[in-house]
Amino acid sequence: MTGLRLAAVLLAVFAASFALAQGDPRRSGYREMGPALQKMQDDDAANPAMLFVQAGAAAWAEKAAAGKSCADCHGDATASMKGVAARYPAFSAEAGKPIDLEGRINLCRTTHQQAEALAPESDGLLALSAYVALQSRGQPIAPPDDARLSNLRAEGAELYKRRQGQLNLSCANCHDDHAGRKLAGATIPQGHPTGYPIYRLEWQALGSLKRRLRNCVIGMRAEPWSYDAADYLALESFLMQRAKGMAMDAPGVRP
Amino acid sequence: MANVLVNAPKTAKKGEIVEIKALIMHVMETGYRPGTNGRIIPRNIIGDFTATWNGREIFRMKMSPAIAANPFVSFAAIASESGTIAFRWSGDEGFVAEHQVSITVT
Ligand code: HEC
Ligand code: HEC
Repeated sequence: MTGLRLAAVLLAVFAASFALAQGDPRRSGYREMGPALQKMQDDDAANPAMLFVQAGAAAWAEKAAAGKSCADCHGDATASMKGVAARYPAFSAEAGKPIDLEGRINLCRTTHQQAEALAPESDGLLALSAYVALQSRGQPIAPPDDARLSNLRAEGAELYKRRQGQLNLSCANCHDDHAGRKLAGATIPQGHPTGYPIYRLEWQALGSLKRRLRNCVIGMRAEPWSYDAADYLALESFLMQRAKGMAMDAPGVRP
Repeated sequence: MANVLVNAPKTAKKGEIVEIKALIMHVMETGYRPGTNGRIIPRNIIGDFTATWNGREIFRMKMSPAIAANPFVSFAAIASESGTIAFRWSGDEGFVAEHQVSITVT
């Protein structure tokens, strides 16, 4: 290699690491965890969420009463579901409204499989969403550029900044103003939805982003919304927009 | 059938130390927690976990209520001969789960 080319390469490497250090101040919850938990998440043989992924893969191939399995229409999930979780919530023409990934799965169950919708936070729904979300691992979060989602995102942004509950706190008070600092033993993350559904050690179970948000709302001593409330969808849409371009690490492990 | 994830190498050199990991879905209900009705939820845990290599026991573990749900166990063994590594979990409410993997030792 000539001196000039070496210099060019060094310059490129320097520029790239400089951009990394200077550029994006966003940090996923994964980066706030200690090395032991990061290892647990990274090792598919140790990440308990993979038990649910395994159940989800089985459910993917299972025929519904009406005769069709997810696989019958969508084929191999590793190809057809790649990047899908990274762009939900999205506007569904079939439903005529924005829906999140769980909503999309249930829409397929009710309209395409003539089956019952799976209950929020049920093992069945979590397993399928974990299996679908896994196919977006490493993919950048890519909220759709769709004007039909603007209102929802604006509502989410407003909710995020609104003080509520007996503690009179907003999401932003913790996740923007005090991110990286401690709340009791926990590090306050920036609150990016990169890893959902997550296996949370405190729950000893897999849970959705809605369940995580419910926990924060309860933490603010506000009345948590029911699982079908539109407020979650608004917050989810806003949080995905806020995390645009960050890499998905689902299914994550969190403390 | 219980939901089990076992990770062990498919091949090993004779005398090599191999790492074996076993994860199983189980509530590990302690027997100390009250349910929503105020009554204690009965204990439901895995009590014993064993691994055998061609029928010979290589690992045994007693589990207790202090172990979290979906227990993960990792241990090492010396690869002695080709064959089958078999795993067995058993516990309350007649719980039994079995799983096996094969390994080629050269
Ligand atoms: C009092 C501070 C506080 C407030 C207010 C709060 N949170 Fe949180 N939030 C936390 C903490 C602490 C965690 C991490 C808990 C842990 O590590 O177990 C967290 C976790 C999260 C996560 C998970 C991030 C990840 O990496 O998985 C999201 C998303 C989130 N919060 C969103 C919100 C939203 C939306 C609101 C408003 C409705 C909100 N939070 C209000 C403290 C707060
Ligand atoms: C009878 C066929 C059929 C079955 C069965 C079916 N789906 Fe679908 N699914 C569709 C159609 C059609 C769409 C809409 C495709 C589009 O909008 O591009 C869709 C869309 C989706 C999407 C969103 C894809 C995207 O790119 O946005 C997901 C996720 C999904 N299905 C999951 C499932 C799961 C999980 C199951 C099994 C529980 C299932 N589907 C069963 C036909 C089916």
